[in-house]
Amino acid sequence: MAYERRHDGRAADEPRKITAKAGVIKKADGSGYFKIGDTAAYAAVYGPQECHPAWMRNPKRGILRCTYSMMPFSGDGERVRPGPSRRSKEISMVTEKALLPVLDLDDYPNAVVDVFIELPETDAGSRCAGICAAAIALADAGITMKDVVPAVSVGQVEGTLVVDLDGEEEHMDENAAADIPVACIPSTGEITLLQMDGVMEPEKLLRALDMVRPALDRIAEAQRNAIKERYAHSAGGGAA
Amino acid sequence: MTKVPLVMSQDRKQHLIKSLEAGVRIDGRKKDEFRPLSIELGVSSTAEGSALVRAGDSSVIAGVKMGLGKPYPDTPDSGVLMVNAELLPLSNPEFESGPPGIESIEIARVIDRGIRESHAFDAKSLCVEPGESVWMVQCDVMPINFDGNLIDLGGLAALAALLDARFPMVGGDGTVDYHERTDRKLELEQLPVPVTVGKIGKHLLVDPTQEEESALDARLTLTMLANGDLCALQKGGDEPLTRDDIKAMVSLAGEKGKELRAKLLEVTGR
Repeated sequence: MAYERRHDGRAADEPRKITAKAGVIKKADGSGYFKIGDTAAYAAVYGPQECHPAWMRNPKRGILRCTYSMMPFSGDGERVRPGPSRRSKEISMVTEKALLPVLDLDDYPNAVVDVFIELPETDAGSRCAGICAAAIALADAGITMKDVVPAVSVGQVEGTLVVDLDGEEEHMDENAAADIPVACIPSTGEITLLQMDGVMEPEKLLRALDMVRPALDRIAEAQRNAIKERYAHSAGGGAA
Repeated sequence: MTKVPLVMSQDRKQHLIKSLEAGVRIDGRKKDEFRPLSIELGVSSTAEGSALVRAGDSSVIAGVKMGLGKPYPDTPDSGVLMVNAELLPLSNPEFESGPPGIESIEIARVIDRGIRESHAFDAKSLCVEPGESVWMVQCDVMPINFDGNLIDLGGLAALAALLDARFPMVGGDGTVDYHERTDRKLELEQLPVPVTVGKIGKHLLVDPTQEEESALDARLTLTMLANGDLCALQKGGDEPLTRDDIKAMVSLAGEKGKELRAKLLEVTGR
């Protein structure tokens, strides 16, 4: 049975409702907020600053260190124990890899740029929301970037390709579902995050990557607008 | 970023005391004046209850999760409410990643103590099956932007989140269905509102910013009930307090407790 009409009425390539803001955490050097459907992420940037522990330092350029964390009440079911898990450590790593290609950290040898991502609520797509918030925060912190980095998932529900799966869609089809989080550099089209859970035919993957592009462009636009809006108003922006 | 040192320099502190003598704080407030306060409910769709509290640049989210668990052997017919606080590195350059330090443990325990000692709710009402199954209510306090006074603001956020909470549905097999929520609320009989009064030199002040906290000689958190009674105390800081200090702090906390309670009642419609 094909999944023809999405349960919330969205078109197959349509992301959920998006809210993007910059400068929401005043104590940070840069910050961002990104909400897509019922998945929300705050990101704060601290640095470039002295890197501890010292063995992580790179004398050639600054390093990026991302920490993804779900608030204990942000999960779909029971309370999530605070503190790092295998899952959160892996997501932190792929978040770094997703963002690093657009950053120029050559001016900050031995330093670290810390990005902390916290999610107060999630309904699938949390790593992508975290990356979107982090990209806004890095731009807000004034780190040299050649582009923003939008991220969203594309996947398969009951054989049909759809963009930005929510929690219900992720759980709808246990056998044939596939979920592919994607991040890209909009100006070059290069992909900086690519993972998949599930089973999919090879040619379908390429179709999925084509299909997700308009949603990525839309998110990039929201990210750019958030940064512009922050500086359109006088100093400050909306506090968290 | 405004990086605030953990201990204020003596020069800056003398300046601060001088202005307090003239009755003015660094941000222009009076000594007994709270920053403009806002409380927003239902900020997390995944939590059974949640609230975002802002005062000036400080903002903190509290979220409540409810689950079924085995009761403690010594209280087989009582549910459990626990408050946890984390000093998220996201919220301030001074906070570092890692297991909870003594600061966050103190914040959580002071909020917890107010709720427990006021008998804010009947733990037996959380019993499902004596000795087997009780509701475990966990409230997590998470600063988004930390600019001081996390005990009071976290305590308010925790109370607001508990008032906002609705029990999830329990399925026929006795497991919790987190996708369905009932209309049942936590029956809170008391709203224990923590009020922290700080002391700098001989001056008492409420709702300190992070910078003012770095200059405090001592502080006292007084948790206030609706009838003006106290239900928990916590002294902090390195310097002692006199009997007169405590008397003045009790009266100041009584007044501020009323203000905070009125705001909480207004927002939650109780």
